[in-house]
Amino acid sequence: MAIGNRGWALWLSALLAIAGGSLAAIGWSQDSAQDPVAEYRAMMGDDNPAVFAEDRGKELWNTAQAGGKTLAATCDLGLGVGKTRGAYAALPRYFKDTGKVQDLEARVVTCLSRLGADTATLVGKRFGDGSESELESLTAYLVEQSRGVPMAVALSHPQERKAYDLGKAIFYYRAGTHDFSCATCHSQAGKRIRLQMLPDLATPEGARAAYTTWPAYRISQGEVRTMEWRLADCFRQQRLPELEYGSPAAVALTMFLAKSADGGVLAAPGLKR
Amino acid sequence: MTVDRRKFLGLTGGGGVLALCAGTGLLPRLAAALTSPLAAGDTRKPFEASTLDAVIKAFGGAASQASGDIDLRAPEIAENGAVVPIEITSKLPGTKLIAIVSEKNPHALSAAFHIPEGTEAWISTRVKIAETSNVVALVQTDKGFFHAERLVKVTLGGCGG
Amino acid sequence: MADPMKIRAALNGDVVEVKALMAHPMETGLRKGSDGKLVPAHYIETVKVACNGREVLSADWGPAVSKNPFLALRFKGGKAGDKVSITWTDSAGESRTDEVAIG
Ligand code: HEC
Repeated sequence: MAIGNRGWALWLSALLAIAGGSLAAIGWSQDSAQDPVAEYRAMMGDDNPAVFAEDRGKELWNTAQAGGKTLAATCDLGLGVGKTRGAYAALPRYFKDTGKVQDLEARVVTCLSRLGADTATLVGKRFGDGSESELESLTAYLVEQSRGVPMAVALSHPQERKAYDLGKAIFYYRAGTHDFSCATCHSQAGKRIRLQMLPDLATPEGARAAYTTWPAYRISQGEVRTMEWRLADCFRQQRLPELEYGSPAAVALTMFLAKSADGGVLAAPGLKR
Repeated sequence: MTVDRRKFLGLTGGGGVLALCAGTGLLPRLAAALTSPLAAGDTRKPFEASTLDAVIKAFGGAASQASGDIDLRAPEIAENGAVVPIEITSKLPGTKLIAIVSEKNPHALSAAFHIPEGTEAWISTRVKIAETSNVVALVQTDKGFFHAERLVKVTLGGCGG
Repeated sequence: MADPMKIRAALNGDVVEVKALMAHPMETGLRKGSDGKLVPAHYIETVKVACNGREVLSADWGPAVSKNPFLALRFKGGKAGDKVSITWTDSAGESRTDEVAIG
């Protein structure tokens, strides 16, 4: 995938510099100065190429699969079969039919596999390379169907509560060669690496700002990327083993972030650097 | 249509796509009927230039003057050089061409916009900028060529894919 | 087949503002794909914008215009209901036209 080797190398050198104790020199900074890229983001406005992915996803949702049935006629995202409006705002949630807590992406995989799609192939192509994957297009469409809807994850089922607690534990769990947790990078206001603002995901404001703008059209990839992609990329940054798509850990982290973002009005797919 | 077929019909271009393009959306008639200010063939010439001067020559000019009547809006820092928003307004009377030039790019000329009577001398678009450099807004009027420039810093981002 | 363009055309006073997003890879020919090989250049070369058949902008582009290009322009002499059409033609000879009524 086109994740720049150069960025990776810079990042590595940044980490080494931290290890060497020269925190300030490599650009970890902690000032309240304005987001240096605010002007850039303002100029980008809301003309977001994610609309193309949303359209493709809508077409897929309404397209008959191998067995002749469509997702629209068979897939229940929690509000009833085929109901898309607002469904994403209440995910992840517990699904009786699978006996599992699922996020949007895991749920769509379940729905597609019931229509005959091969799960391994689907998950193998989860993040497109050069063009959006089916899962990315579908996610873009289904998330767009909750634009303007406030996040409202219930946590009413014990399994949902369990997922939340697990997600929270992972968020604060230090691991990897650098002994980082998500919180190491994401629990202080105004922290950045070079020009990259590190969102403070431990506060409701920070969690809302981040959660409601993912999935997003990722400029560096020229494609829509999903929340699971975002988390997998941070796992990579944290030097953890690869985050398995749709796994209990991925869903739990998503649940923790989704609940932390309670009340935040969804504005995804967003537009990210 | 199955998921796999949809994938085949994806955006990426390539062999199959051309063959499938026989139907709607192809309206070469309209494209041909609209005239271009430079004769066909000549319109690609300026894209071969690697400097601002060469671009101006390719457009048939000799030199260009800095002008305060051209407003070039670009972010001071671009988070990603792959997409840099650019907005250009020319207050120069008789503006007929607005071009975006980045001398550090492989081709100096990024885009040229021909402005007919009745269209405002204003455009907004997004371009790629290879590295931190001056972006030039080049304007042609009946009186010759004029320009404004602005430094755009491109950050590599440092981390995150 | 390229996806349809997203075009908006709005009348503000006597000026029509058009905003368009085009689905196109805008490959420079300098980028390596996941297989390590250079992806061939493939980019939009010309864009024509017309209002009820009258040309209101023509543009020549190189590969430095961003992927999924964005273009905005403003012109006079259009009224609500008039048709704004945009046609692009790319370096592979593919072309696409879409239109929208001024709202
Ligand atoms: C080494 C530092 C680091 C660690 C550890 C880390 N992240 Fe990140 N995270 C980042 C950076 C940097 C960004 C912004 C990347 C960008 O914009 O390209 C980011 C972005 C995010 C975002 C998107 C924020 C937004 O507004 O777009 C989320 C959500 C996130 N991280 C969650 C996590 C989770 C969950 C973990 C733990 C599994 C984690 N991160 C671990 C550095 C880190």
